[in-house]
Amino acid sequence: MIGRHRHLTGLEPLSRDEIVSVLQLATSMKEVLRRPIKKVPTLRGKAVVNLFFEASTRTRTSFETAAKVLSADAVNWTSSTSSVTKGETLVDTARNIEAMHPDVLVIRHPASGAPQLVADRVSCSVVSAGDGAHEHPSQGLLDLYTLAEHFTAQAGKQDGPPDFGTLAGKTVAIVGDVSHSRVARSNLHGLGKLGAKVRLCGPPTMIPQGIEALGATVHHQLRAAVEGADAVMMLRIQHERIGDPLIPGTREYSKFWGLNEKKAAEWLTPSCVILHPGPINRGVELSPEVADGERSVILDQVENGVAVRMAILYLLAGGAQEPAAERA
Amino acid sequence: MTSETIFIEGGRVIDPASGTDGVRTVVVREGRIAEVGERIERPRDARAVDARGRWVVPGLIDLHVHLREPGQEYKETVETGTRAAVAGGFTAVCAMPNTVPVNDNTSVTELVLARAAAAGLARVHPVGAISKGSKGEDLAEYGELRAAGCVAVSDDGKPVASSALMRRALEYALVFDLPVAVHEEDLGLVGKGVMNEGPAATRLGLKGAPAASEDVMVLRDLALAELTGGRLHVQHVSTAGSVRAVREAKRRGLRVTAEVTPHHLALTDEDVARSRYDTSFKMNPPLRSAADVRALREALADGTLDCIATDHAPHSAVEKDLEFDAAANGIVGLETAFAVCLGLVREGALSEKRLVEAFTASAARVFALPGGALARGAPADVAILDPGLEWRCEPARFLSKSRNSPWKGALLVGRCTHTFVGGRLVHELSKGER
Repeated sequence: MIGRHRHLTGLEPLSRDEIVSVLQLATSMKEVLRRPIKKVPTLRGKAVVNLFFEASTRTRTSFETAAKVLSADAVNWTSSTSSVTKGETLVDTARNIEAMHPDVLVIRHPASGAPQLVADRVSCSVVSAGDGAHEHPSQGLLDLYTLAEHFTAQAGKQDGPPDFGTLAGKTVAIVGDVSHSRVARSNLHGLGKLGAKVRLCGPPTMIPQGIEALGATVHHQLRAAVEGADAVMMLRIQHERIGDPLIPGTREYSKFWGLNEKKAAEWLTPSCVILHPGPINRGVELSPEVADGERSVILDQVENGVAVRMAILYLLAGGAQEPAAERA
Repeated sequence: MTSETIFIEGGRVIDPASGTDGVRTVVVREGRIAEVGERIERPRDARAVDARGRWVVPGLIDLHVHLREPGQEYKETVETGTRAAVAGGFTAVCAMPNTVPVNDNTSVTELVLARAAAAGLARVHPVGAISKGSKGEDLAEYGELRAAGCVAVSDDGKPVASSALMRRALEYALVFDLPVAVHEEDLGLVGKGVMNEGPAATRLGLKGAPAASEDVMVLRDLALAELTGGRLHVQHVSTAGSVRAVREAKRRGLRVTAEVTPHHLALTDEDVARSRYDTSFKMNPPLRSAADVRALREALADGTLDCIATDHAPHSAVEKDLEFDAAANGIVGLETAFAVCLGLVREGALSEKRLVEAFTASAARVFALPGGALARGAPADVAILDPGLEWRCEPARFLSKSRNSPWKGALLVGRCTHTFVGGRLVHELSKGER
């Protein structure tokens, strides 16, 4: 359980304390992950099924690694086609998998709300690994973790655990196709609950109607969005959106909303870090120099992703005891 | 049976067509309204129906119902649909033509009418297609459809994308005095939208269809109605923009009428969010914003929107127990319409008289249908409604074949207890449920 919740379908339903409890547990998980022998028996005998209806190497591998470090059995069920074209409904697929007695069902699906649909109909726990343009809660949590880690270090406490209170009052700019981004939405909920301010930036065609209601300010000029920000999160520009038509092309996008070294040097504060949920379109939203530069915490995000997903699986699969207490 | 004399006594008769509102006795003789009056002595052999504490109204008329027969009998049939209708107090329903095959020819019209006659429940007025196969290409045969019994034409479920075809439909229908009923939606603007565009869709990550996708088509068709002098009926109006356009067009004397559904009057897109992707909240047009709902309520009260129509759209779990994106549009409405709309009266948005009028006389006028009034000599289509009856909406107990209702589990107030069609008692709520 994550607080009152048996499922993790988004960060919107979680309270601040529930979010912090997952993040705090992720701190001990990260410690496990960094051991020479990274295996604890915490979830031995538990089964995790990764049910992926959308291509995703990164997130699936991250969940799989998280499950294995905790000694859970991880099984992948990948379907490149949507349930509709396959002739079996999502509910049927989920019930079939449920009959195999998994403890946690991790679902990625192109339709917003698909994990909720499954959660309402199965007895095991459901974790969303990203649904449509709705939420990507584990990504939101790993972003919060990464930001807190950075802000804690900035406050001169490099050796201590991340202090999640450091997010309060910070400003985070999220730049890109917000309308199609589940990452942006999970971050909006998470950052808002931890007291950070969010600026959203992109061409008006990529800013969904009414997003301000989630507590963000909206900018159309990149400079106005990133100046003075404590962190900038660049979203992936998906090539299939170009014909939508949301933008005329990547060349113009990159010129106005992409971040390169020159803009970063002129507009960003010295301590501002850059995040990206991956995979990066190098040269579109981020130039290679910025993606690989000193401000980038992109690989920290990947590492923290495993730790955060270990925490999620631990809490939902009902780990037997505190993992920190078990020495490998 | 119809030769029996029935005295419906002690009820509050609300008959907006005649202006009657008060405790009266309705006398039904040989299937027709014989008299509506005070203190009428009941002969010993007449049957008495005690309506004390309840409303006695003309049978409700629904201009927009999907009976699914022929072709999708697993969702609904003429029989089950009209059974649901009379349970909701409706004595006449207009059957939309988007059956399989489409009702664009007399054999489908005749089949629907034959099934309705065999069921012997509510009256069924078929609506023919605007275009052959509702494909939006060629005009259907309005003259034949009219002669076979169609009361209007519509390609409901789909907009008439071609402005040229729409113009010709309005013109051609004039010969047969058929209203052209339109489902207004600019498919390009809708794109892959599955709910109203706005903050709720944004939070849910669902693609939105802007209110403007309806407004632009309403504005186009009003311009075409003006060009042709045709009879335009705007189906299931859902936006403040449509309301403004229709109001202005009526002021200028255009021959336009409009309907609104109970769900668009009662629910908003925030209810979709609260439901957590419940596909019983997915319909087309989608549930709109609170500001749209306010505009619809005002427009129904002031007559800009003529009548209430349910857009009763039965679907099975096959179409509904899916991802929100993949689920079919539509909800059932016949058995909940009165209770849901009575809620507007309690909220002060609508008078009792206007509520009844919007379900009866106004609806009849739009398609020039018989009924809608308790007129002496007219067939006795009468509903007795209990405005105080509380009941739990349990879709499993619906008389419709389908269960897709956003009110499942809700406590509703107001229910039909008796329905007479042509003087025959075709529905009586069981004693246990009263």
